[in-house]
Amino acid sequence: MAILTKEEAKKIIDKVLSYSKADEMEVSIFGGKTGNIRYARNTVNTSGETNEIRLSVNSVFGKKVGSSSTNELDDASLKKVVARAEEIAMLAPENPEYMPMLGPQVYPETATFSPATDKITPDFRAQLAMDSIEVTSTGDLTAAGYLEDFSGFVASGNSKGQFGYNTSTSVDFSITVRTTDGTGSGYAIRDFNDVNLLNSKEVTSIAMQKAQASANAQAIEPGKYTVILEPTAAGDLLSLLTRGFDARSADEGRSYMSKKGGGTRLGEKLFDERVSIISDPFNTEIPTSPWDGDGLPKQKTTWVENGVVKNLSYSRYWAEKQGVTPLSGAGGFGGGGFIFSGGDESIADMIKSTERGVLVTRFWYIRAVDPQTLLFTGLTRDGTFYIENGQIKFPVKNFRFNESPIIMLNNIESMGKPQRVGGSLIPPMKIRDFTFTSLSDAV
Amino acid sequence: MKRRDFIHLSGMGLGALATSGLVMMGNPVSAEQLLEPGMDPAAKKVLADIALNAARGKGATYTDVRIGRYLRQNVSTREKNVQNISNSETFGVGIRVIANGTWGFSATSDVSPDGIKSCAETAVAIAKANSKLQKEPVVLAPEKGHGEVTWNTPIKKNAMEVPVKDKIDLLLKVNNSAMDNGVAFVNSSLFIINEQKYFASTDGSYIDQDIHRIWPTFSVTAVNKGAGGFRSRQALSAPMGMGYEYLDGLAEDKIMNPAGFNSYKNSYDMVEDAIGAAKHSKEKITAKSVIPGKYDLVLDPDHLGLTIHESVGHPLELDRVLGYEANYAGTSFATLDKWKSGDFKYGSDKVNIVADKTQPFSLGNTGYDDEGVKCKEWDLIKNGVLVNYQAIRDQVKILGENESNGCAFADSWSSVQFQRMPNVSLKPGTEKLSPAEMVKNVEKGVYILGRGSYSIDQQRYNFQFGGQLFYEIKNGEIVGMLEDVAYQSNTQEFWNSCSQICDKDDYKFFGSFNDGKGQPSQSSAVSHGSSTTRFDGVNVINTGRNI
Repeated sequence: MAILTKEEAKKIIDKVLSYSKADEMEVSIFGGKTGNIRYARNTVNTSGETNEIRLSVNSVFGKKVGSSSTNELDDASLKKVVARAEEIAMLAPENPEYMPMLGPQVYPETATFSPATDKITPDFRAQLAMDSIEVTSTGDLTAAGYLEDFSGFVASGNSKGQFGYNTSTSVDFSITVRTTDGTGSGYAIRDFNDVNLLNSKEVTSIAMQKAQASANAQAIEPGKYTVILEPTAAGDLLSLLTRGFDARSADEGRSYMSKKGGGTRLGEKLFDERVSIISDPFNTEIPTSPWDGDGLPKQKTTWVENGVVKNLSYSRYWAEKQGVTPLSGAGGFGGGGFIFSGGDESIADMIKSTERGVLVTRFWYIRAVDPQTLLFTGLTRDGTFYIENGQIKFPVKNFRFNESPIIMLNNIESMGKPQRVGGSLIPPMKIRDFTFTSLSDAV
Repeated sequence: MKRRDFIHLSGMGLGALATSGLVMMGNPVSAEQLLEPGMDPAAKKVLADIALNAARGKGATYTDVRIGRYLRQNVSTREKNVQNISNSETFGVGIRVIANGTWGFSATSDVSPDGIKSCAETAVAIAKANSKLQKEPVVLAPEKGHGEVTWNTPIKKNAMEVPVKDKIDLLLKVNNSAMDNGVAFVNSSLFIINEQKYFASTDGSYIDQDIHRIWPTFSVTAVNKGAGGFRSRQALSAPMGMGYEYLDGLAEDKIMNPAGFNSYKNSYDMVEDAIGAAKHSKEKITAKSVIPGKYDLVLDPDHLGLTIHESVGHPLELDRVLGYEANYAGTSFATLDKWKSGDFKYGSDKVNIVADKTQPFSLGNTGYDDEGVKCKEWDLIKNGVLVNYQAIRDQVKILGENESNGCAFADSWSSVQFQRMPNVSLKPGTEKLSPAEMVKNVEKGVYILGRGSYSIDQQRYNFQFGGQLFYEIKNGEIVGMLEDVAYQSNTQEFWNSCSQICDKDDYKFFGSFNDGKGQPSQSSAVSHGSSTTRFDGVNVINTGRNI
């Protein structure tokens, strides 16, 4: 296996740094194992495992940067990769936005690695698929699912003394169960760092129940509805908010965080006061790596508090230009998952208190329509149900929506306990006046 | 954290700049290395035969070997700065076998006799292990061996040979031209791909192909800080199966469109388009917001290509129809019973849609697919009726056929080939008709150009598409620009509302450079040819909101 220990990785990085003739140099090593199994029509169609290791070098002369990489770690290959990066750097044009490399940083430990996930075998994957297929093929159902697991490490060091090392694992499992007559479809998805938390049979059974319950859906008129979004559905929309928290595009006037007349909406109350969003790399349910793409240590950050925008993310370049402290934010809030404030209502409670509404399992094919208002379109999928007088009445045909998560977060009725969805903690949410614009016959 | 997120962190100090090579999944190399010749075909044949023999020795009844060298170059700029130049190369071999009636696949970057032999043996071992789960044996449609053959994209100027400096100069000129016309922000990029693919199989084929693709593109943004608001206009270029000659901007490849500016066929004037984009993005900020309702739509090929891709290309992929993509992309409304009926009206009588991998300059153009099948053209929809699907060697028997359509593709030597969308194109009208003449007959309509927001359900019934530019048509005249436009329809209803198609003089390609499918996802490139086309009474919504 390709996981090097911290000491082994540091030794190689130090050796590579000693070959440098550049003004600055950074070396990183990435290694890992990715495995997957895919099944459909109640049978396995693909499975595989890939092992890889790659050492990358960034050499810098002035503001000219060159990169090269290799998957061979013998001395001759390491010397060659350094020489190649330096040669490319010499020929590169200057990058005016280049920021000098960071000196030593303190990266606290985060609990991203699970030994159990690291030990996943092809047999484990096959068994998981078989378990799922066995249950579904006994009824008039067809299963299609996908499991992907990863275990690996990354180490990085530079000529100014910075060094970081992190190991991480992940497992992602999703399943779609359809009735064999094609009139019902259900879906469930889970992601964890630790495979011991994955109960694939439970996930399969949720998808089965949804498939059966959603069969022979009826059409109801599109329009504005109170919706109850299961955490997967809520996460599909809330993750879209992250795009706006980049200070640079807000300052440039091309984001929903841009203020009329110039400047940003930092400090403005944009959402319902029950909305708070934080990122925290040390949260044990959604741990993430200790540094971001800029090499800065991640820290617990409040992005929205009681509906008020508290922080925007600043890259090192943009922070220097604006005279502020850089704030890690690459790839979303804090460069990893985010934690959304919740409430104490269960989905059952939300249904009970709904006079007329729609329960949504997930959304699909979400695309930006207008970046100014963060308007998105997409469709419901794999389990959409009509609620009347506090009860689920019948499955309904899928809807297309045109809605902005900003509007949605001003129309909150209630929220439940957040759960892990796509590496973030997302609550189920009850939202009023959610805009469905047309019907779809898709199952 | 998934692998792709994790790998990003290995470029610690340099963020996206340094990791772009990794994201492209190749090893960064110099521009000069992209020009170094790959392995000689004779040497590849020797290695391929080692794989074929090793697999046969272990009990494989069929084997194919793909030795691939994939070269990519990407130059991107922002306003006056070069943001990134990346050159990458990846080289390896993928071996696919049938043993015990079951597929097995293995890939390695160790392209040595020992590496290949061991890889072939692994593929057989995987096939045998998987055969325990197999319900019916794989049956391949026959394909005769083609012997030792070669095929090359018909390029005039290898884009990899053009110095990086010239590319930077072009992109910075594009940016300056847009900024000189009053916009603050421009991103421009050039993506170049060269796939050097060698295929060999136990059918007796040894196919050496050299495939080129290019995509110049940009996005221009105008900002009105005072009033608030910003609008962007993207390039109206198409990614093409061409060399650097696509950027010649030849006058004979320009078509004056009904909105009064040039559209481009097989030669693109990037600077001229950027100047137009700057003007358009400013105009968009103050354009009239559309009144929702039914309109006749006049769709330019730059726009219609994506509608064809989503509402015809994907639903007619046979693996989707059968349920193999159910957990990801979805299934299809175009079920086998509709096809078997022989009278399923997908569209109006005017709608003739063909699939092919043979049109010169298209992204899908290759001599042979990744199963060694000679590429061809076939009908999908004829006079409005659904007549066929896209299928490969192990699928065509389901359709009662004995010959593959030749549309298998793998995005790398390390990926297993599967059914991918070929070019899917709307045939031009047979009667003489220009876009200007088409507009003259429209009383209340919208003329739409460019690729915008697009969304469609998992069985491809209900879709919503936006665009880059929208012009209001009133009583046969274009009267001004519109904004906040999107149209919603149902695939069958939409194609049945097709009332007029311009002739072949207006025919051109739209392209999708990165079309995703499968788990783990693979990317492919595909073109869609069409002429400007009219659809009657389509539902247009207003997408403007106040927040």
